[in-house]
Amino acid sequence: MKSKADAVIIGGGVHGCSIAYHMAKKGWKDVVLLEKGTLACGATGRSVAGIRHQFGTEINIRLANESVRRMERLEEELEYSGSIELMQNGYLMLAYSEEELDLFSCNRDLQKKIDPENQTEILTPEQAAGLVPGLNLEGLYGASFNRRDGHANPFHVTQAYAEAAARLGVKIRTGVEAARVQKEGHKITGVVTGNGEEISTPVVVAAAGAYTKTLGAQVGLDVPVIPERHQVAVTEPLEMILGIMVISFEHGAYFKQTPHGSLLLGVGDPEHEVKDFNEKSSWQFLFDVVKKTTFHWPALREANIIRQWAGLYDMTPDSQGIVGKTAVEGFYLDLGWSGHGFQLAPAVGRALAEIISGETPFIDMSCMCLERFERGELIPEPACV
Amino acid sequence: MEDNTIICRCEDLTLSDIRKTIRAGFHNPQEIKRLTRCGMGPCQGSTCRELLLKEVASAAGKSVGELEMTTFRPPTKPIKAKSLMEGEQNEI
Repeated sequence: MKSKADAVIIGGGVHGCSIAYHMAKKGWKDVVLLEKGTLACGATGRSVAGIRHQFGTEINIRLANESVRRMERLEEELEYSGSIELMQNGYLMLAYSEEELDLFSCNRDLQKKIDPENQTEILTPEQAAGLVPGLNLEGLYGASFNRRDGHANPFHVTQAYAEAAARLGVKIRTGVEAARVQKEGHKITGVVTGNGEEISTPVVVAAAGAYTKTLGAQVGLDVPVIPERHQVAVTEPLEMILGIMVISFEHGAYFKQTPHGSLLLGVGDPEHEVKDFNEKSSWQFLFDVVKKTTFHWPALREANIIRQWAGLYDMTPDSQGIVGKTAVEGFYLDLGWSGHGFQLAPAVGRALAEIISGETPFIDMSCMCLERFERGELIPEPACV
Repeated sequence: MEDNTIICRCEDLTLSDIRKTIRAGFHNPQEIKRLTRCGMGPCQGSTCRELLLKEVASAAGKSVGELEMTTFRPPTKPIKAKSLMEGEQNEI
């Protein structure tokens, strides 16, 4: 079977759906989105779905500012009949040394320089304990807090973008894999699906997380991304006792309560976690996560863990996304968010749609190009787990 | 009847909630679970998984066996965080 499209987006995560919506809004006709599973079944749906202003690189701060603003009005913008379950009670980042607190202060200064209305504040351990009653002060040096950081439901954010895109004419095709991207010379010519269908198109946007490495290789590009498993444990739903997200970069651990009431407990463990496409949970993780998070907040000892899940970060050498055009004409990338991608989808989708339309994007994304790795111009983000 | 028959006790979902989601076009139990939280509560779907599958099957004109089952997630039964910690101590 053969068909034609003006553009094919590969990946039905929050980024793919945001790009689809923003392209359609700009007037692109005949856009097809291919998702091999269901919407948000990969990294998007497996994230803990935090949204925050507290980053340490200019590009992420700009993307985050725009994204949080958009999340605050997303249901109206996308005319979504459901709820994205937005909750903004804040992110508390714990510092366990003078150096770490200095870094948070630097990040805060940069955030305020970019947006004078930024509300990030540096707290003493006692002030932090005022936000999280019972917080363990052992070794705690201080903290960084922004009360407008928070949470949104990743399934509903993705669904909201997908439905809005579909209303604007995008064909969202789930259960259809993009098996092969085709080019002639240095130009994209089409995509062959897992069912053998040939879609001829001059534009392909690859937003398939760690799976994008294979797609890049098909057109001769080396996309330096690897999957890394991360796991989360979930408690039974409890009364709202912790409105905020608590993170320790020092221990690679975090915990938060969702608006629904369940607490999510996570650990980033790059040293021991598997680096392949394994999305299965491990028993050892339950011990690790409980040991770490009950150190920070001993009250958790009494909580019932009811389930656990695992998902894949798409890790790049500098833990930053890869966005924009490539040496292959018509082949665009949006991947490699290394654990902070969900929350940036509103801004990145807009910027990439502008780039694909030949416009100057509202945020200069050039530092996130694929060529940065060859040139050695890495942009490491200091604030991520 | 449809409005107040409880399907998922943990997440307080009625038959009407489930049918509304199915009518919106979702015929995959995994998708319905993710959008509604059906089966994500403390009992982990021990009652509602089967009920959900039957509802989807009848709407899609399929048998339950043809549907993709929702994922069974460990640890299956609730475990107190402190019990896990003590468990590890005993092993050492």
